[in-house]
Amino acid sequence: MPQYLALTYTADVDWWAPEQAEELAEYRRFGAEFAEQVKASAVLHPTSTATVVRVEGARGGPVVTTDGPYAETKEALTGYYLIEAADLEEAVRIAAEIPAAWGGAVEVRPVILAR
Amino acid sequence: MNHDALAETIRIEGTRILATLIRTVGNVQLAEDAVQEAAVAALGAWPVTGVPPEPRAWLTVTARRKAIDIIRREQSRGAKERDGADLIELSKREIDTEDVVQDDLLRLIFTCCHPSLSPPTRVALALRTLCGLSPAQIAGVLLTTEAATTKRLVRARQKIAAARIPYRVPTEDELPERLPAVCAVIHSLYTAGHAPAEGDAAYDVDLCGEAIRLAELLHSLLPGQPTPTAVLALLLLTEARRPARLDDAGDVVTLDLQDRSLWNQELITRGVTLLNDSLERSARQADAYQLQAAIAAEHARVPSYPATDWREIVRLYDLLVEVSPSPAADLARVVAIAETGEVGTALELLDAIPPSSRRHAVRAELLARTKRYAEAVNELDQALALAPPNHPERSHRERRRAHFRRLAQRQPLEH
Repeated sequence: MPQYLALTYTADVDWWAPEQAEELAEYRRFGAEFAEQVKASAVLHPTSTATVVRVEGARGGPVVTTDGPYAETKEALTGYYLIEAADLEEAVRIAAEIPAAWGGAVEVRPVILAR
Repeated sequence: MNHDALAETIRIEGTRILATLIRTVGNVQLAEDAVQEAAVAALGAWPVTGVPPEPRAWLTVTARRKAIDIIRREQSRGAKERDGADLIELSKREIDTEDVVQDDLLRLIFTCCHPSLSPPTRVALALRTLCGLSPAQIAGVLLTTEAATTKRLVRARQKIAAARIPYRVPTEDELPERLPAVCAVIHSLYTAGHAPAEGDAAYDVDLCGEAIRLAELLHSLLPGQPTPTAVLALLLLTEARRPARLDDAGDVVTLDLQDRSLWNQELITRGVTLLNDSLERSARQADAYQLQAAIAAEHARVPSYPATDWREIVRLYDLLVEVSPSPAADLARVVAIAETGEVGTALELLDAIPPSSRRHAVRAELLARTKRYAEAVNELDQALALAPPNHPERSHRERRRAHFRRLAQRQPLEH
């Protein structure tokens, strides 16, 4: 069965903040409703907690870290779902039920599966 | 059959064969390569052997054999094993029934025009797979380079394969949300073909002809659907006026000056019949294609420009700007309002429309109606400055500007 990674892009929020509780519950409802199709998922801490890692030169070279997300955007990567679907149309139907799809956006990317 | 007619037969047949082959092998690129190789084989063999009694069967069987060859070559390079089913399917000798081909053509149309592909990619794919045009020809249509077009097509095929855009016909209840993208592709092809003046030879393909062929195809595959019927009606009603659109020098002739005896009455009759059929079948409010076709039909109905029922045309434009707002529709509505005699109202409405070359040209005509010739000349200066040098209405506008300039010079100076 093909798999798709659904990346949620929304306002850069702290999901543990009390005011996010209601929205987080919506995501949980989605997860419960599509438990069969969702193979993995995660909610991320805000981008202020992100660290970008680079190795200078080749492998084993000096490790350089920078504070913050890889790309500063208005809407931030705030979580993901690994979804199983028969084809893109089914994947889009499921992605459209993720709360991030309204108010934010969901990027759906096909996963390369071993042959 | 001469070479051109031969190539044309192969191109048209190629689409039908491709549609079924994509379903059988499950891969757009592979199917396209096989059809391409079969076409090359036909162009090499037929001038020598003569066209076979059943060219369609010959091409179908040859394309299947080429597909088998390609699959064997891929497998010998270690590509993933296929189950034997598609090879057996490819080995059969009988050609597919009309029902099967029609179903496959619909699959192909809806896949090319899938909402998950960008609009220019849909146009490129439609021209490649549905019209069998080369990347160089498509580049001319999309105003880009052959390399960029090839890249766009490769990426599109990769996305179709990797993201698994399904090769299927949408269900009846999905059609309303899937048909607009298909109709938009066909309509934009016609508009692109219609825009440049002939003689300019901007394209080396007859885009209007291709668009009408696709509209006919879609209508024949989905005869009960009002939107494809309206698109075909609109295209035929517009096409009917094409012989009168340009003068002998290749300059645009505006509607008021067109020789209506040149209009193709056969196309008008068919367009009106299709439009009525489309309107009868739709329960909802008229859509943009139906309204544009109705406007074209209203012009086609009357024997001369002065006989035009402008109040009816304004009514149709009122509906059009409501269901499908666009600066072009706004401008056309303003022109129609001016033709009912309300030039002052039309001039006021014009201020709310974003500036463009066409808006300046329309404003010039309206100002001239109220004898404000100097201002009209000024508007045409701006219209000409904003339009590209090869704009089809350039010489028409230059003539109008010279005319208004003469009229302005005859006017007494106001103090």
